Order: sequence, then structure tokens, then C-alpha cells
Amino acid sequence: MSSQKRVENTQAESRTSQGSNSYQTSLLAWKIKQNPSDSKNISKHVQNNSVEDDEHADDAAEDALQIAMGYFEKGPIKISQSKDKTLEKHLKTVENVAWKSGLAPKGIDILLNVALSGKFGNTVNTRILRCMIPATLISEDSVVKAVSWLCVGKCSGSTKVLFYRWLIAMFDFIDHKEQINLLYGFFFASLQDDALCPYVCHLLYLLTKKENVQPFRVRKLLDLQTKMGMQPHIQALLSLYKFYAPTLISVFLPARRKIYFKNSENLWKTALLAVRQRNQGPSPEPLKLMLGPANVRPLKRRWSSHSAIPVLNSCNYTKESGKKEMSLSDFLSSNGSFPLEQLQSFPQLLQNIHCLELPSQMGSVLNNSLLLHYINCVKDEPVLLRFYFWLSQTLQEACIWYKVNNYEHGEEFTNFLDTIIRAECFLQEGFYSCEAFLYKSLPLWDGRYCRSQFLQLVSWIPFSSFSEVKPLLFDHLAQLFFTSTIYFKCSVLQSLKELLQNWLLWLSMDIHMKSVVNSPLETTLGGSLNSVSKLIHYVGWLSTSAMRLESNSTFLLHFILDFYEKVCDIYINYNLPLVVLFPPGIFYSALLSLNTSILNQLCYIMHRYRQNLTAAKKNELVQKAKSEFNFSSKTYQEFNYYLTAMVGCLWTSKPFEKGILIDLKILEKAGVTEYKNSLSLVYHPSLLSYAVSFLLQESPEERTVNMSSIRGKKWNWYLDYLFSEGLQGLKLFIRSSIHRSSVP
Amino acid sequence: MDSYDAPELTLRQSAFSRPEGICATPLQKRLESVRKQTSSVPTPPRRRIPQCPQVQEDVDPQKVAFLLHKQWTLYSLTPLYKFSYTNLKEYSRLLSAFIVAEKQKGLAVEVGEDLNIKVIFSILLGVKGTQRDPEAFLIQILSKSQFPSENREGKVLWTGWFCCVFGDNLLETVLEDFTCLPLFLANGSESNTAIIRTWFQKTFDCYFSPLAINAFNLSWMAAMWTACKMDHYVAATEFLWSVPCNPQSLNISYAIHPEDAKALWDSVHKTPGEVTQEEVDLFMDCLGSHFHRHFKIHLSATRLVCVSTSVASAHTDGKIKILCHKYLIGVLAYLTELAIFQIE
Repeated sequence: MSSQKRVENTQAESRTSQGSNSYQTSLLAWKIKQNPSDSKNISKHVQNNSVEDDEHADDAAEDALQIAMGYFEKGPIKISQSKDKTLEKHLKTVENVAWKSGLAPKGIDILLNVALSGKFGNTVNTRILRCMIPATLISEDSVVKAVSWLCVGKCSGSTKVLFYRWLIAMFDFIDHKEQINLLYGFFFASLQDDALCPYVCHLLYLLTKKENVQPFRVRKLLDLQTKMGMQPHIQALLSLYKFYAPTLISVFLPARRKIYFKNSENLWKTALLAVRQRNQGPSPEPLKLMLGPANVRPLKRRWSSHSAIPVLNSCNYTKESGKKEMSLSDFLSSNGSFPLEQLQSFPQLLQNIHCLELPSQMGSVLNNSLLLHYINCVKDEPVLLRFYFWLSQTLQEACIWYKVNNYEHGEEFTNFLDTIIRAECFLQEGFYSCEAFLYKSLPLWDGRYCRSQFLQLVSWIPFSSFSEVKPLLFDHLAQLFFTSTIYFKCSVLQSLKELLQNWLLWLSMDIHMKSVVNSPLETTLGGSLNSVSKLIHYVGWLSTSAMRLESNSTFLLHFILDFYEKVCDIYINYNLPLVVLFPPGIFYSALLSLNTSILNQLCYIMHRYRQNLTAAKKNELVQKAKSEFNFSSKTYQEFNYYLTAMVGCLWTSKPFEKGILIDLKILEKAGVTEYKNSLSLVYHPSLLSYAVSFLLQESPEERTVNMSSIRGKKWNWYLDYLFSEGLQGLKLFIRSSIHRSSVP
Repeated sequence: MDSYDAPELTLRQSAFSRPEGICATPLQKRLESVRKQTSSVPTPPRRRIPQCPQVQEDVDPQKVAFLLHKQWTLYSLTPLYKFSYTNLKEYSRLLSAFIVAEKQKGLAVEVGEDLNIKVIFSILLGVKGTQRDPEAFLIQILSKSQFPSENREGKVLWTGWFCCVFGDNLLETVLEDFTCLPLFLANGSESNTAIIRTWFQKTFDCYFSPLAINAFNLSWMAAMWTACKMDHYVAATEFLWSVPCNPQSLNISYAIHPEDAKALWDSVHKTPGEVTQEEVDLFMDCLGSHFHRHFKIHLSATRLVCVSTSVASAHTDGKIKILCHKYLIGVLAYLTELAIFQIE
């Protein structure tokens, strides 16, 4: 009721102001009698007008606009023949400016007054309303004043419709909405008008706040629904009401429907774009109220018709219905809580993180990256448990459904898994539900369907005790590994590499946190590292066997060495006191490989091992306190043994003096008498072709190449040649592990 | 690395289970129990035979009678979030409006309006195994009588109930905001069941999955129910085997006089008060060899799909009918166990 009164007051004001205007006779005089707020700008123009005669085109347009505005504000003085002409001229001016650069708040204020006061005919009103495009914003007062004109009944039905359409289109550009919201009752009463009803519904949809939803309004809307049948606009408004007050109303909306309102904006489409662009600078992006079923985006995001992932909805019956015994904290938290549907940006999340309304179905967070952020940092156990239950059951059911359908329509299941994996990648964190799902499904998995997804899920298994997880997961995976193709083996190794990386990242973060908070978990670091090293040994075992099975495939070896590229850098990259070397089966396969890039990768890995071990040794000397994580001398011995073997083969041409001892008789039998330098950098099977092309490059005219000529200075040139061919791993290895004085 | 077999690490604690001191979070306990279940035999090798005076004193006999002799479809249900027994009235108002709205597809309905259906929530006192089990409750959808003068309840359109009998291992891992009623039984049209499921899932963030009973568990039921002491038998002990063949599957029905079945059971049964896996296998093998002697058909090559005794009957599709009120709790205890296994 109070809002009604207010309308009349403002109307009265505007009338008196118009009355005062009618005293004006001169065309320019109105400018001087402006509100003080506007006067500065205007008076400047007046000065411009009188003083400077050479006006720019812009200024001319500006002035023409001022004159036109003056004309409209004051109204036609008397009925004359020239009236139509003048009117037409001023209208044109206004239209031009409006479509070009938009109108200032004041201009809109004046024009709204004119259009709705019924001073002119319908056609003029329509033209005016159509060109009311704001330069940036529309002042709320103008809208309130305009609405007050609607009560007087001076404008026709079509003008009213157009006005509502305009209001809906420009809703985002109105600077404040509090006053307009006070007129809620007035708008609601306008629902009676059949012609206006769809537009009023739309406006109310934009305007409605929780406190506007009252039982009497619900009843009124339901009456309207009975009278007019199932109208999409009424449905939309009702569903919004239901969203705010689920205890008052219940409505089922078919999911297919997406458009509830006819597009009111289309008259101003291009203009709106322009205004938005103008506004994009300082003013924040207008927040569109997107609620409930009219919200198109979440519907699009759903992965299947089976709607496995619930739509985000914070509507919570439990909170409402439990009102009687709601505790104080509940009350405080629900009061002023922030509806999820309005959450659109990260800053918003930060501002409202303490008062977010949680979704009624936790599964809906999977599609919302902002809420995933929230879930990631929340310590609320119920939230996580709800998500756990939902995801476990949905995965189980989707998987069964998929199998029952003979793996047809696999896309939906795959998409679902992809969604989960995306969320895990986004959070850099695995879900327990997925781990539990793997326990159940891996033993039955054929290694074929959804392979990439299953293996990715494996790589996101949360960090845990390896020996506990091994019988549940890795033993089943090993069976598949050994019986499947080389490509499967490579993808398994790839995902185990990612798993290792995820575990390491988590552990290194955890250690970092522990140094800040002295948590009791400190004692378990040894255990954690033990688990990681078990994983590495396990992969070592898998790799060695796989190399045998695949007869030393270079392709497979690449994937294995990729894994060890992660392993060798644990101490430096992740700051974890752990160095695990590769098994001999891998080392020798790589060292004796026919492939240059394998040898290069091996050199790189050896170089990194060296760096890590030296760093560890240094730290050990510095701080003796952390002695519990000293590496056993065994690790160093192992490394030195590998290093000696490598240097012996590649550099000093004294292979197999330690470690692998080959009976000379066997070599003789094989016809290899000159074996000593046959694995050196020159003769090594993977480098021989480099040596030849190096010699040819040196002396292209030579008919025969003399390999043994590569020595002394030439040896160094040869090395430079190799480095220039991109063997960076070799370069690093030689620079760090070999003292160049020992050139053979 | 062999040098330290030092303390085994505790489970990972991070976003999905935050570090909170040493004690394991509920999620970790969950995972632990899943691990235990997956690594061990699917079901414990021995169970108690349902004892006679299981139904507690405070049970309303009328309500229990209502649960008997009806065919129920089984579902497993994850814990309900923020469910409150004090709000049952409010729930019935909301749910009835929801059902009407759902059926009208698009017409909004005022909550509390006089609708042509009525939803009643009521507590099933005493339908539980231990004091820790939450109370079971019943939902009925009634059509309202057309004549208000007749002060009678309308026709029952749909019934469903939620219960938890000896659900200890689930209860241990769940927080206080949750109500664990892992077993849901429905009788009535599928469409109504679907609406109720939707409402519960939206309101209490829970998840329903159909609960099928595999042949392994059906044999357990057959053995346990045969082992029950009965004053008088109301039905024959009957088994249904399905033979997988094309184009139509063939069913073998095998009915035995209940006293003969009991005699057979007594001959294989050793441990008093308990049923073991060996006994179950032996019992089923005896039945199979008897059948083979007469018909030369190996039942072990077929699939058990249905078991019915005087205590209850169960179908592999997840349908159950309980006949004997004495053993109601015993039957529900086993079903609860299966439901919990499914939601682990």
C-alpha cells in the first residue's frame, strides 16, 4: 500500500514541475532552470552556444538534442501548422542520437514522461519509447515516475505493453531496483490485464525477491492459472515462487521447456549490445537474475536424458520445514544466505563463502566449477559424505546400466566418466567414490570399454597405503597388463606415471603444510614414502616383465623411461627424501638399445639421478638431524655401479669390468673379438650412424671412413657434433659425470 | 627401502577427507569398510538363524499385519540427510502437493490445499533390530473419499516403508545429520514409486537403487528360512530355476513339502543357532542331486530365481513377500545386510 502512495506523491511532484515549466517561453530558458545537479553540464553548453560559433558536428548534434529535449519537456506551446514539422524534426534528432550513442539519464527521464503522459498520439509515443536507449544507465527515479503515469490511465494499452517490454529489456541498466521493488504490489495487480499479463509476469520474474512471495500472491497466481490455463509465463513465475517458498507451492515443470517468455528484447537487440559494450568498462557486468527452470545453461550442461547429474538447486525443504526447532546458528546461517543460482563469479564466491546455500543435491556440484572450489576447501564432513554417497551410487548404476545395454549408448557413460575426471583434474584431487568404484569394477573390467577413462580414474586414486590397495586394484590391473597388447601396456604405464605424480604432489604439499602446523601426522612420513617406493618398485617389476614379453620393444621402453624421468627427480622436484633407481633389466635394455633417443633419455635420467643424489648428500652433511631419511649406502652403490657401467661402455671403452661379466669365450664364439670399444660413443649401435655422418661432414671427399680416427681433438668435435644433433641428455650426462681430462 | 617398515601411513587426508587429528574421518571409515568388504568373501560365512520372539513388545500388531502378505519391491537407499522424525506432518503436506503437481505436469499446486489424495507418514514402532537402529516409517498414499460425510479413509493407492534392522556397520560410519534407513520397500504403481523417489532424492539428498537378489543370496534365504521353527506351515517350500535357452527361457519349479525340507535341513545342519556357508551349499546340493536322480537334470547348471517358504518368498528381481510375522525382523535383518552391501 505504501508503494501506491509513493507513486502518487512522485506523480504530484512531476506535475507541479511541469506546471512551472509551462511558464517558460524561450526555447533555451529551460536549461537555466535545470536541477542544480545537471546545471553545470548544461550551462557549459549554453556558453558554448553563445560564445563559439564554429561548432563541431558533434556539438551541433548535441545542441539539436538539447533543443529537442527542451521541446519535449515543455510540450508544444500551441497548436500550430508547424507543430508536426517541428515535432518530426525533434523526434528525428532524438532518434538519431539515441541509436548512435544513447541518451543520458535525464533525457530518458524527460522522454518517458512525455511518452506516458499521453501528450502526443500513439505513434509518437511508440517512436519515443522505441528510441529510449540509455547511454549507460537509467535512473531508478525515472522508472518510478513513469510507472506512476500508468496509474493515471492516460496512455493506451499498446503503449503500456511497449513500456513493459522496454522495462524488461532495459532491466539490467536500471541503476537501483529497491524503489521499483517497492512497487511490486502495483505490478502484481496489473496481472489482471490480459494483454499485459505475459510482460508483467516477466517483469515480476526479474523483480521477485524472497520476501515478495506471500501466500495471498500464491493464491492469486493459482487463480490466474485456473482462469487462463497452463501459460508458460505464469508457470515460470510460479516456479520461481516455489523456489523461494517450497512450503507454499509445488509445481512440476517439464525439463524440455526452456523458453518461458517471449523475447521482449528483440526491439532493442542491437542497441542493448552497444550499451553493454559501453558499460563493460567501469561498471560491473549486470547480473542477470537467472533462476530455476528458466535458466537455460544448467540444462544444456546435463550429460544425458537420464539426468544423472542433478540440476543445481539450493531449494531446501528441510530448512523450511524444520523451522520450529531451528537452532540459532541455523537461523543465522540461513538468514541472508546467498542463493547458489546467483553465484556466477569467483569474487562472488569469495564474498559469500560464509553464507552459501548448499545445493539440495550435492551431486550437482560436479558441473559447477565454482562450487567445486567451495567443496575443495570446505571442512564440512556431511557435504563430502553426501557427495560420496551420490557419486558411488550413480557410478554403480550407470556402469550396470551400460553393461546391461551391451555397451551400447556407451557415450553417455563415457561422458559421465569424463565429467568426473574433469572435476578431478580441476581439483587436482581424486574422489574416494571413484576409488571404491574401481575396487568393484576393475576385477570385472575387460580392459577395453572406456579404457582411457578407467585408466585416468586409476591415475587419480587418492594417496593411500600401497600394500593395502595392491590386492584390490593393482593385482587386477597386472593381470590385464600382462595379457593385453603393447598399447595397453603403454597406457597403463602412462597412467601409473600420472598416479605417481599425483601422489608426489600431494605428499610434497602435505610435508609443506606440516612444517607450518605441527600435526601428529609427522610420524607417518616414513610410511608414506614407503608406500610411494612400493609403487615405484611395483612399476619396475611390471616394466621388466613387460620388456621380456614384448621383446625389448623401443616403443614400450620410451614409456618406461618416461616413468623413470619422474622417479629420478623426486628429491629435487618434490622435496621428498626418496631416490629409487631402476631395475637392471630396464637399465641394460636402455643402454644397449639401438635407438638413439632411448640412449639419450637414459643419459638424461642418469644425470638427474646424480643431481638428486648429490643434493641429498649435501643436505645430509648440513643437517644431521633428519638422519632417519638418509638413503642407505645401497642406493649410492647401485647408482655408482650403473654409472661405472655407462662410462665404461660409452667413454673409456672398458665395458663390463664390473657388474655384468661376460665370459670371453662366449664373445670369441660369437666372433666378437674387438668388443672393448664396440659400445663407445663412436661404435655404439645407436650412435654409429652419427659417427659416419660426422666423418663424412668432416671430409666429404673420403671414400672410406676411418672410425678409429675419432680421437683426441676430433673426439671433442665429434661430441659437439652429437650435442648439436639434439642429444641434450647425453650432453648433460657427459658434462656432469665425466671429467673431460680423460679424453681417450 | 626395506630398512624401514616403520609405521604404516594413515589414509590420505585432504579435501575429500580433511585432516582432523589422528582419528579417521567418516569418509575414511567408509573406504575402510568398502576395502574390507571387497577383499574378503562377499558375505560372512556364517549367520544366525532368525530367532522366534524377535518382534518386540511395543509393535503395533495391526501395522505389522499390514506389512505381511504383500509383495514389496526392494530398493537400497543411501542415508537421508537432515531427515527429522518430528517433521513427518510437514513432509506429508509437501509430498502430497508434490505428487499432485507432478501428475498435473505444469499446473502449480498450493501446498496444504485440499487435494484429492492424501499422504500419511507414520512410524512403524519396533521394526528394528537394536536400539541404535533408527525407527522405521511408513508412507501411504490414499485417494480421498468423494463423500466427506463418510468419515472413512479412502483407498490405499501406494505404500512404501523404510527400515534398518541391525544396520550397525553402516551406522558406525555415518554422521549425526544422516538417518540410515538403507532398506526401502514399495508396493504400488511404479510411477508413484518414481515420484516418491524423486522427492526423497531432492529433499534429503539420498539415492535409491533397485535391490536385486542374486542366486547366491537366494540359497542363503532358502536355508535360513527352512531352518526357522514353525508351529504350522502355510505354504510349500518352492524353488524356481531358470534355464537359459532360446527363444524362450524355461523355468523349472521344484516344490517340496515343508516338513521334508526341514528334515533335510536338520540332517545337514551341525552348528546350533547358526547357518554356515558349507551347510547352505550342502542343502542346495542335496536338493539338486535328488532332482537329478529323478529327472536327470543338473540344477547346478541353471539359475535359481525364486525361493518361497512359509516364512517368506523372494524373487531375484528384488521382490519379497513376508508371510510369517514371527520372523519379520529376521527377514528384514538379512535384507538390510544386502542393502548395506549394495550402498558400500
